[in-house]
Amino acid sequence: MAVATRRTQGLTDKQLHYCPGCTHGIIHRLVAEAIEELGVLEKTVGVCPVGCAVFAYEYFNCDMIEAAHGRAPAVATGVKRVLPESVVFTYQGDGDLAAIGTAETVHVASRGEKITTVFVNNAVYGMTGGQMAPTTLLGQKTTTTPFGRQADVAGFPLRVAELVATIEGAAYITRVAVNTPKNILRAKKAILKAFNVQIQGLGFSLVEVLSTCPTNWGLSPPEALRWLKEKMIPAYPLGEFKAPEGGV
Amino acid sequence: MARVAAVTGNEAVAEALRQINPDVCAAYPITPQTELMQRFSSFVANGKVDTEIILVESEHSAMSACVGAAAAGGRVATATCGPGLALMWEMLYVASGMRLPIVMAVVNRSLSAPLNIHGDHSDAMGARDSGWIQLWSENAQEAYDNTIQAFRIAEHLDIRLPVMVCMDGFIISHSIARIDYLEDDPVKNFVADYKSVYPLLDLDNPKSFGPLILTDKYHEYKRAQHEVMTRVKDVVLTVASDFEKMSGRKYELFETYRLDDAEIGIVILNSAAGTAKDVVDSFRERGVKAGLLKPRLFRPFPYEEYAQALQRLKAVAVLDRSDSFGGYGPVFMEICSALYPLAQRPAAVNKIYGLGGRDFLPQHAAEVFAELEEIARTGRVKTTKEYIGVKE
Repeated sequence: MAVATRRTQGLTDKQLHYCPGCTHGIIHRLVAEAIEELGVLEKTVGVCPVGCAVFAYEYFNCDMIEAAHGRAPAVATGVKRVLPESVVFTYQGDGDLAAIGTAETVHVASRGEKITTVFVNNAVYGMTGGQMAPTTLLGQKTTTTPFGRQADVAGFPLRVAELVATIEGAAYITRVAVNTPKNILRAKKAILKAFNVQIQGLGFSLVEVLSTCPTNWGLSPPEALRWLKEKMIPAYPLGEFKAPEGGV
Repeated sequence: MARVAAVTGNEAVAEALRQINPDVCAAYPITPQTELMQRFSSFVANGKVDTEIILVESEHSAMSACVGAAAAGGRVATATCGPGLALMWEMLYVASGMRLPIVMAVVNRSLSAPLNIHGDHSDAMGARDSGWIQLWSENAQEAYDNTIQAFRIAEHLDIRLPVMVCMDGFIISHSIARIDYLEDDPVKNFVADYKSVYPLLDLDNPKSFGPLILTDKYHEYKRAQHEVMTRVKDVVLTVASDFEKMSGRKYELFETYRLDDAEIGIVILNSAAGTAKDVVDSFRERGVKAGLLKPRLFRPFPYEEYAQALQRLKAVAVLDRSDSFGGYGPVFMEICSALYPLAQRPAAVNKIYGLGGRDFLPQHAAEVFAELEEIARTGRVKTTKEYIGVKE
């Protein structure tokens, strides 16, 4: 019998540790499938964050290096400069990328490094237990904003894709979500495109993926998907903020 | 009246901060410190304190915000651990160089790589030269008591220096233990109202903090920092004496356990000292004169007092929960420096234990005491520095 489908070779057999209803697993699969489909698995190096995805080196079936908190884009830059023919990606959450690592993210784009960043935004510090992140929505309850985030004391949500899209060295900047099958397919296309931008040497590419955190949001997995749609997408609109002229 | 509670080390320190009610706390979550500032931020949210809490984007910014707040004239506290303390590095020297009395809880954690979240002393030992006072705590009670005393020490007008209060990550920060809390009013009276010294925007006495000072005066500035450190010891003892009057709990520069007539002894910091004390007892029951010294004030290091406490030993083992790779463990180096001026000094060995949260078990202390018995008998040290509790 012909094989109709099979699991991606871009992931190992290791069982994921993520909480029920967390969409990290979907995003891992999309990234792994993209790497496999582009035929670059053997020349891909991933850079792991600190945060829920810290064990990404256990899951991606390619060489991985663990970065200090927030430093993944700088580490990726070093890897890419020594191995310019390789495909280098960072996989980072919002605690890692949009807080402690904001400077690295801005400057990797400013330098136009030919790497790809997969940015998983769930509007909360997940691994440390649900504290407010820079991406936390106004009014959103977290363990450090138990009555909801108030702008006067805790500021406003940081829109990373829009921010990075203003930088000349950024070639492809987009925001997607993984809350519905349709959005998952769009996310896959965006991740493929981001890697293609890198492979064609066009500059820095970043895919922001709106993700759920049922555990720290205090919602069931279906409720979390609804919350993503009803609360997150209005605050973080989906779409391409920057793309190479003439397509990829 | 004391309140008895069963709490984690993190919770105990957060409670101390609630009672003290600092003007500003800037913090960033990092395991295993996260719970501490999270609990404190709930005090802020519930109106239990008046503190301005700043949820910054990194520890480098956390300490920077603390520097700004302290220079502006506020009473300031924060907390961190491991890589967070490492990221604060640059700002630690700024805080001490500006003589800003910031108090920081350090929940001791290992440093990468490999990545590890568990308790060892690499973080604070790495910061030992930064000009901060360091108080170390065996358990939640000591962490709570040291935090309260730290404000008085830091803000003492003879010194005005930042203080870090260390406790072991997870082993103490996350274990629930019995603790005697003090009532709020005595604590508030003990730390008293904050006295701002040289605040910003004092228009009659305008000033700048941290200006460029090159070869003409930098050297003298640093000598002044050295000299103020020599006054810390007396302040720590004075504050401890006042604290004892309030609480009934006695603190000194270090704690000795059955050391007065001991022939062999262990020097060990923090939670592992509790384990080692039990082993001292079991050796004493067998007629072996074993003892223990647990440092409390590690920076500045009171060399003469340590030498006096240890001089009668025949052999001493210094146990370090961090390593200075290519050198000896940091506590060992200090103890040897303390002992060197003595005409007759104990033989000394250095054991590295418990890195990255590896358990320190009674059998480890027993093996060390057994080796010390042999050294005391023969006068011969086979290996000066050695890792113990290693899986071969």
